[in-house]
Amino acid sequence: MTNIASDVIAVIAKKVRADHPKIEMSDRLQDLGLESLDAVELVFDLEEKFDVQIPYNANDPKFEFDTVGEIVSAVERLVGKNKS
Amino acid sequence: MSDVNRVVVTGLGTVSPIGHTADSYWTNLKQGVCGIGPITQVPTPEELTQKVAAEVKDFDPLKHFDERQISMLDRVSQFAVVAAREAIAQAAITFDMPLSVRTATIIGCGAGGKGTLDDSFRRIYKENKTRLFPLTIPKLMVNAPASQISMQCGLRGPAFVVASACASATHAIGLAFHMVRSGQVDCAVTGGAEACLTFGGLRGWEAMRVMAPDTCRPFSKDRKGMILGEGAAMLVLEPLERAQARGAQILGEIVGFGMSADAADLTSPDLGGMTRAMEGALADAKLAPKDIQYVNAHGTGTAANDVAETKALHQVFGAQADKLAISSTKSMVGHALGASGALEMVATLLAMRDGIVPPTIGYLGPDPACDLDYVPNKARALAIEAALSNSFAFGGLNAVLAVKKFS
Repeated sequence: MTNIASDVIAVIAKKVRADHPKIEMSDRLQDLGLESLDAVELVFDLEEKFDVQIPYNANDPKFEFDTVGEIVSAVERLVGKNKS
Repeated sequence: MSDVNRVVVTGLGTVSPIGHTADSYWTNLKQGVCGIGPITQVPTPEELTQKVAAEVKDFDPLKHFDERQISMLDRVSQFAVVAAREAIAQAAITFDMPLSVRTATIIGCGAGGKGTLDDSFRRIYKENKTRLFPLTIPKLMVNAPASQISMQCGLRGPAFVVASACASATHAIGLAFHMVRSGQVDCAVTGGAEACLTFGGLRGWEAMRVMAPDTCRPFSKDRKGMILGEGAAMLVLEPLERAQARGAQILGEIVGFGMSADAADLTSPDLGGMTRAMEGALADAKLAPKDIQYVNAHGTGTAANDVAETKALHQVFGAQADKLAISSTKSMVGHALGASGALEMVATLLAMRDGIVPPTIGYLGPDPACDLDYVPNKARALAIEAALSNSFAFGGLNAVLAVKKFS
């Protein structure tokens, strides 16, 4: 697992119930109990941590992130773009 | 207290993104004129995702107030007073004694003097000034619009602001309606005002991730969210008997008011709360679902609101839902938060008076989850005997008004 992936998972873990077992890349956000406001807050936390802008609009289905892995790759892509 | 009075509307006033009078606002609503455009009041840097809003354009305070007055009036109070003066002039009513002390001023406002607040914070934190303007606090206080109307128009009865975010004006009008109906007051000036298009405010809304980058398309497929608006609308309410005795023009009758709280999610709409507010308004009005022809929807253009509101309409109206004409005038004037319920009440009353339903513009085609008749893109002639106007606020606070054609 990359550093970014473990950092993203650490951010997500703060939004998930404390009793939830280890978060996997394949976990679906919905199954982790994340609701719409959690998603908005999660995107904010990730933007602050990685200094990126994530184009997320809660009304637009094409910006939906389904799994933890999808968020990790989105952040990796955006961080990469910042460095180049 | 027994409900002794029928309550009628005898005056309307409006300051909106598509007209600075109730007449011009209504003419443009009927024509489907869109008031949404690039924001001009504050800077819109490249990374700001939300660069459009429904601004009140070309509003010159000096046309309405002298410079000394302007130093006391935030933009929100300017809108409020201008709309109230228009409503009172149309009602052709004079607030002498004893009517002055028997007249309520109940105004909805969600955010108060946001422009004054934003300017003050910029002065202190960015420009490192150590002094603020002396009238900063009374300009920005959320009750300022009610205070200013009462002062400028000489209204000495119960006066206060109701703050329930996007339902503020509907709650205010509903309270005023009940006070006139019960005989607690003999007249009310009521409505809502908002002027929230500040840079700080825009950043706050942007952070919620519910704003559309382009325009507001309520109930439409491919809708992308809300668009902010601003403005004010005011109504003069009085008992039918008093209005008739003085030969006043009667624009419509308010007959019911329903309220509820979701006690659920902070921002997600709730079917139960919406349903109970609409049912409450119908019960208060002693109307059945089949008596209603038009609903001015809350219709914010977010994915969540429009689906939940459609479901709630199905639940309340049953098989009648398919026969309703429903429109969201937010498609033309954006979401003016604490003023929206009043802007929408003016639209609802004039739609009923003239037998014309204003359209939901920007409609691109049906969303399978929004399957009712939203009067897409073009106004429609329709005889309206009774109508509802819905407002559902963040925080789960819901308010619905029922109106009836006066006969």
